[in-house]
Amino acid sequence: MPAPDSSASLTEAPARLRRIALAGNPNVGKTTVFNLLTGLRQKVANYPGVTVERKSGRLVGAEPAEVIDLPGTYSLNPKSLDEQIAYDMLVGRIEGERSPDVVVCVADASNLERNLFLVTQVMDLGLPTVVALNMMDAAEAAGLRIDTESLSRALGLPVVPMVAAQGKGLEELRAAVLNLPEPPTPRRWTLMDVVDARVRELTEVLADAAPDLPEAHRFSEVLHALAEDKALEYWETRAPAFKQAVEQARQTLNERNVPYRFAEVMGRYNWLTPLVAQLVTRHKDPSERTWSDKIDAVVTHRVGGPLIFIVTLALIFQAVFTWATPAMDLIEASMMALGTLVRDLLPAGAVTDLLVEGVIAGVGNVLVFLPQILLLFFFLGLMEDTGYMARTAFIMDRVMNKVGLSGGSVVPLLSSFACAIPGIMAARTLDNERDRLITIMVAPLMSCSARLPIYTLFIAAFIPAGVLFGFVGYQGLAMFSMYLMGIVMAFVAAWILKKFVIKGASSYFVMELPPYRMPKIKHVLWRMVERSKIFVMRAGKIIFGLSIVLWFLASYPKVGPSPEFEAQQAAVETQRQVSLDQIAAARGVTAETFMALDPVVAAMQFQEAGAAARLDSLRALYPNQVAGALSVYEVEQQYQAELQQITDAEDGYRIRNSIIGWMGRILEPVMQPLGFDWKISAGIVTAFAAREVIVSTLGILYSVGEVDETSIALRDQLKADRYPDGRPVYTALVAVSLLVFFVFALQCMSTLAIARRETNSWFWPAVMWLYMTGLAYLFSLIVYQGGKALGLG
Amino acid sequence: MTLKDLKPGESGTITGYTETTPPMRLMEMGMLPGAVVEVVRLAPLGDPIDLKVRGYHLSIRKHEAGMIEVQRV
Repeated sequence: MPAPDSSASLTEAPARLRRIALAGNPNVGKTTVFNLLTGLRQKVANYPGVTVERKSGRLVGAEPAEVIDLPGTYSLNPKSLDEQIAYDMLVGRIEGERSPDVVVCVADASNLERNLFLVTQVMDLGLPTVVALNMMDAAEAAGLRIDTESLSRALGLPVVPMVAAQGKGLEELRAAVLNLPEPPTPRRWTLMDVVDARVRELTEVLADAAPDLPEAHRFSEVLHALAEDKALEYWETRAPAFKQAVEQARQTLNERNVPYRFAEVMGRYNWLTPLVAQLVTRHKDPSERTWSDKIDAVVTHRVGGPLIFIVTLALIFQAVFTWATPAMDLIEASMMALGTLVRDLLPAGAVTDLLVEGVIAGVGNVLVFLPQILLLFFFLGLMEDTGYMARTAFIMDRVMNKVGLSGGSVVPLLSSFACAIPGIMAARTLDNERDRLITIMVAPLMSCSARLPIYTLFIAAFIPAGVLFGFVGYQGLAMFSMYLMGIVMAFVAAWILKKFVIKGASSYFVMELPPYRMPKIKHVLWRMVERSKIFVMRAGKIIFGLSIVLWFLASYPKVGPSPEFEAQQAAVETQRQVSLDQIAAARGVTAETFMALDPVVAAMQFQEAGAAARLDSLRALYPNQVAGALSVYEVEQQYQAELQQITDAEDGYRIRNSIIGWMGRILEPVMQPLGFDWKISAGIVTAFAAREVIVSTLGILYSVGEVDETSIALRDQLKADRYPDGRPVYTALVAVSLLVFFVFALQCMSTLAIARRETNSWFWPAVMWLYMTGLAYLFSLIVYQGGKALGLG
Repeated sequence: MTLKDLKPGESGTITGYTETTPPMRLMEMGMLPGAVVEVVRLAPLGDPIDLKVRGYHLSIRKHEAGMIEVQRV
């Protein structure tokens, strides 16, 4: 559908309703209203350049109209990203988006005054507006009776009472929207006189300086520019004359001690407060405690609060890490089976290799995290919808504030334990830009689930299985230390960033504690699926692409068979034949004849099966032949082992000469002080795509075929690997050094890509990568060199 | 006195601000002169504070509470 420009849609009313925008405060049931209006025919995407969700859907019914759910905001004065998007959407300033034809303002009836604040801001934009007065039941329960008809008259807008959770009021809302209400009448609230005079002047300056700006938007633009520097900067290049005029007005007002920044807010509330007092009657004592207050008395209790918080966290982690395991195993097994199937169906060759080792393995790398992500999103959704999320911020703010974060950072950081991507995305709920940036910068230090395979592999292989004090396992303790190290470092990094690096408006904490509500499981599940989809698509694309690239790097250039290995193989074969001939000759027959004798064949089978008793009875009958058979068995065993060694060496030789091997060898001198050889270095290079990839890379390097972190063969190969001089490559100290490296290093393309989108520059992702890699190197160095100095390793 | 000096259970009417530029968000949430605010409780670690203003619960830090002048009611 071609989008006419926004000014046209304002001057001539559209023939048909096309775009309905849903605005409203957070926690007022806006999403429920959205779901009612659209059914579940929704589309979740992102606004261009930012990760603010753009949710839209088709209005249920015959009218072809798009319903757009704007981010929940308390105000349209653009301070946070969400507010910026909501405002820009309403005025049609976002690329590819047109101003809506009608706005539905969802308001919480039980909290009318503050909700109407936003309604008055929307009204000022001159768009046809309908107020959906939701949660009438909650207002009733709180003892409030609202005269909705008088409210409608006072606002000059249609007001539809609703209980969206029960579907009540939907038809009335649809009717009001389809009726396309008249644009609001001129503003009914007033600014204080001295500010009002300035605003009038500035509105005229703006009209001259930016003639393209629709008349209806001028007033709001002037208010924003007057109050907020960010809004003022917008005009720096677009209308310098206006910017200058605003600066001058600010100065004059400052000199006269006029609180112009708050004139707008005061003006709106001064109109609303008496209005609400008049239209709302109470039939209950307002000081009476609601059941929500009673829950809070327990949940935010001095002792009970932190206790409940810790138990909740423990339960969520238990669920994410244990409930997800069967599903993760299933996904891994399915991908493996799919790979085998493809190998069986397609002819062997480079294309099949690419498909199986690159594409299928790449998809598997993404999908395997899905169970954990789904569970995490489910629990986060539950916390959001019940209102508990705000309480976690309330309880934790003191602690977080100490290190330069805010209570609002708790959830993004917790999410980062599953994956930094949803964690970084969750940081957008922070309305202080500085807090948001710091949270993003330290989120990847939390040990995400992609580090688990590495932790598991190296801890299982090199940390003894003993027990401390009778109940604390060394391995469990090591795992816990990995997590703890990340958390402590995140706090330290946040503190340093706040203190020395990221300057900005000093943070404040102003957060609503919404009443507790019964969550709708259907909504929670729906949102879980939608958010996971975004994760899979975004992270998936990158990991998928990189897995293919890595496969190429590990497979090419292909080196031909080396004469050295061929000679070795020939020598081993000759050796075998000579030994067999000797054994047979001693018994007067050729090797072939001897090995075909029934007692010999049987003896070798018994020996292989470890059936000592049957071997003894056979020996009693054919002592000479059995003795010979045992010698043959030994020769064969040795032959197989030597052959395997040559094949492994050959695979190693191929990888060593691949691009990855070359990179590993280039890096080896740099990584040597940390105790890493070229294979680990190569693994670290490949792990840049996604951390867990190091496990499969080491698998390829050690040529043990398909591996995962629990693979015994890989574990044993690691333990058995030796430097040319006979020292083991992996000691416990090297393992610890590597673990520490993975705790700190930012080995994740997807995180960088998300950070790029969220901060809108490559600068912060670059800083993030550098400081985390620096930490990783430094701490591994300290661990390895310190350990060596102490005589460990 | 400021909002910071009120104890849990006490209420006050906002009379003004100690700072010239308190956070805009505070105003938008209705913390304006004339509004009656009740201190409901402190967070488990003593900060932030749970307030009741205009019929809903708002949480702010003691630092912000110190910017708000009140008269006990």
